[in-house]
Amino acid sequence: MAEEGQTKTMLEIRSLRATAGGKEILKGIDLIVRAGEVHAIMGPNGSGKSTLAHVLAGRETFEVTGGQVIYEGRDLLAMPPEERAREGIFLAFQYPVEIPGVSNMYLLKAALNAMRKHRGLPELDAIEFLALVREKMKLVEMDEALLNRSVNEGFSGGEKKRNEIFQMAVLGPRLAILDETDSGLDIDALKIVARGVNSLRSPERAMLVITHYQRLLDYIVPGTVHVLHNGRIVRTGGKELALELEAKGYAGVEESVRGSRRAALPS
Amino acid sequence: MTSARTIRELTDKDYKYGFVTDIESDTIPPGLNEEIIRLISAKKGEPEFMLKWRLKAYRHWLTMKEPTWANVRYPAIDYQKISYYAAPRSKTDGPQSLEEIDPELLKTYEKLGIPLKEQKALAGVAVDAVFDSVSVATTFKEKLRELGIIFCAFSEAVREHPELVEKYLGSVVPYNDNFFATLNSAVFSDGSFAYIPKGVRCPMELSTYFRINAADTGQFERTLIIADEGAYVSYLEGCTAPKRDNNQLHAAVVELVALDSARIKYSTVQNWYPGDKQGRGGIYNFVTKRGKCLGAGSKISWTQVETGSAITWKYPSCILQGDNSVGEFYSVALTNNFQQADTGTKMIHIGKNTRSTIISKGISAGHGQNTYRGMVKIMKGATGARNYSQCDSLLMSDTCGAHTFPYVEVKNSSSRLEHEASTSKIGEDQLFYCRQRGLSTEDAVNMIVNGFCKEVFRELPMEFAVEAQKLLGVSLEGSVG
Repeated sequence: MAEEGQTKTMLEIRSLRATAGGKEILKGIDLIVRAGEVHAIMGPNGSGKSTLAHVLAGRETFEVTGGQVIYEGRDLLAMPPEERAREGIFLAFQYPVEIPGVSNMYLLKAALNAMRKHRGLPELDAIEFLALVREKMKLVEMDEALLNRSVNEGFSGGEKKRNEIFQMAVLGPRLAILDETDSGLDIDALKIVARGVNSLRSPERAMLVITHYQRLLDYIVPGTVHVLHNGRIVRTGGKELALELEAKGYAGVEESVRGSRRAALPS
Repeated sequence: MTSARTIRELTDKDYKYGFVTDIESDTIPPGLNEEIIRLISAKKGEPEFMLKWRLKAYRHWLTMKEPTWANVRYPAIDYQKISYYAAPRSKTDGPQSLEEIDPELLKTYEKLGIPLKEQKALAGVAVDAVFDSVSVATTFKEKLRELGIIFCAFSEAVREHPELVEKYLGSVVPYNDNFFATLNSAVFSDGSFAYIPKGVRCPMELSTYFRINAADTGQFERTLIIADEGAYVSYLEGCTAPKRDNNQLHAAVVELVALDSARIKYSTVQNWYPGDKQGRGGIYNFVTKRGKCLGAGSKISWTQVETGSAITWKYPSCILQGDNSVGEFYSVALTNNFQQADTGTKMIHIGKNTRSTIISKGISAGHGQNTYRGMVKIMKGATGARNYSQCDSLLMSDTCGAHTFPYVEVKNSSSRLEHEASTSKIGEDQLFYCRQRGLSTEDAVNMIVNGFCKEVFRELPMEFAVEAQKLLGVSLEGSVG
């Protein structure tokens, strides 16, 4: 695929380790993502997928205990979450948070203007902002009424996920991390969300698509698939790896991992 | 946690109204006795009925005990150590026009953002400025007078409109109502008075700006607002005080009277000096506010944003006497550092089909203690009465507290009451979500807290709402824990 070309590295994760509440969850992750690439990270529950997403976004409930993350040539782990966001890292949350009394539109405008300011661009006024928002809403077929509602409050599961992708479309990140964006979506909603995500693929933008199920990858087709297990990436392959997982299940893939390790030992 | 620390830092901002105006003032010696009361009354040139009323209140006060039921703690107040009257010394007996006001005073109000010169005055807001014990200026008086609206210093109303004062003074908060209101009745020195005649819609916001300046004085102002049949008025109240290490007592009384179909909207942004980060100094804000919906179809609406004072003890209430009358209470109370607030409302339903709404938002940060205390009372004759109450508390640290004491007393079975309550801690997940979208922690906290208060803020007049949001931001700086 074109996206596998020799473009420059955007994100490099080296031996990343992290704990939550004293328990080690990430036990040495290595990963390289280049601009334009879409990587899927799959794995069973508890394998560390969401932890990886949150650590990259800078969540302080996780403690990084080892390793390095270089993003666009900078030490990502030294930046507070808002700076990472302003530098172009976007996390589409698995469980988008409700903020009562704060309109969706208000949060998004504040977010966009914070980022524009960071990049030395003038803030958008209300009219320019509205025009941008209207255009991006079409991507995920979002109801305009949701704009004036409180952030995620009373949204259905599908509306919340669409709202995440809509925010992503407005903010235009360089590295988008989608944390189980498919969970809780019916097939129609999944297709809409996937279409929205696909329309945002570009040679300058990379994506990390975290999912439990292969289903999402039928719609958002990755260049590379990684299998995360017990805090480590245990397999990396092309998009067909996802199909293998679908057929054999995580246990099967794990078995083959162990098998190949054993086989590799004597030689 | 880092976010904890930032929220704490966020709520550590300085009080910017803490300056002292250097002005010569006429302060009577501390202490309280009948002579002092006669002296205050004489200084004000009051008619006989006023002095009698004061003395009656004073004699009753001597028999009363300071209330202890509130969920607040403070050392005993020595009422003999307070000076009950302080006035900026003027050449004449009170300023006759804005030109005669001491320029220092004008500067003070300019600094507070309340210009008193009419050509510079806030558009659409008439201001009565109360400095220590006296009203120093009232703007737009003449313009209002053309409509028959009386808006003046309380002491002036006592002299110029004694029949109105005598008729309504104490008709909502009687002289023997409670310890602090009774003390106020005995010693009050000034305040604001407004009368809106029949069918008149007051074309501008009426506003009183209270400023305590002198040290070791108490401020005891009294406000009386009467909206005659079909009248409408929106009234704003703001307050600040200098930073001082000792506590100062502010015991005000506000009485509102709404006749048939009249509407009164009373909004307060209370920003008295809250004391320092260790809890030293600050104002004791022990205030009695009550409105009476005397006429059928009348409406009284209280909106308060309480961010200042070391201790707040305050229950703006409505007596819903007229049939189909409506009472509303919208409140945001914030306590940070060592502030304590015990605030809420009473809705007394007497008339038929009376309705009331209570929306209370308490925010606690630092070591702040925030109590909502409310009473909904449905009397026997209040057929078809309805009340809706909602009390939400937001906690910003592990060391603060939120308490809710709702009392309900129902004597008519046809009434309907609803009560909702919630307590939540400012969410680490909410903060992270906002920061992941590029907002600083400070902006995220402001956004979340303002969202929490939205139902109250939207009841405030426009400029006040903006002011309230800013104030909340400042009061919370450094507080998320």
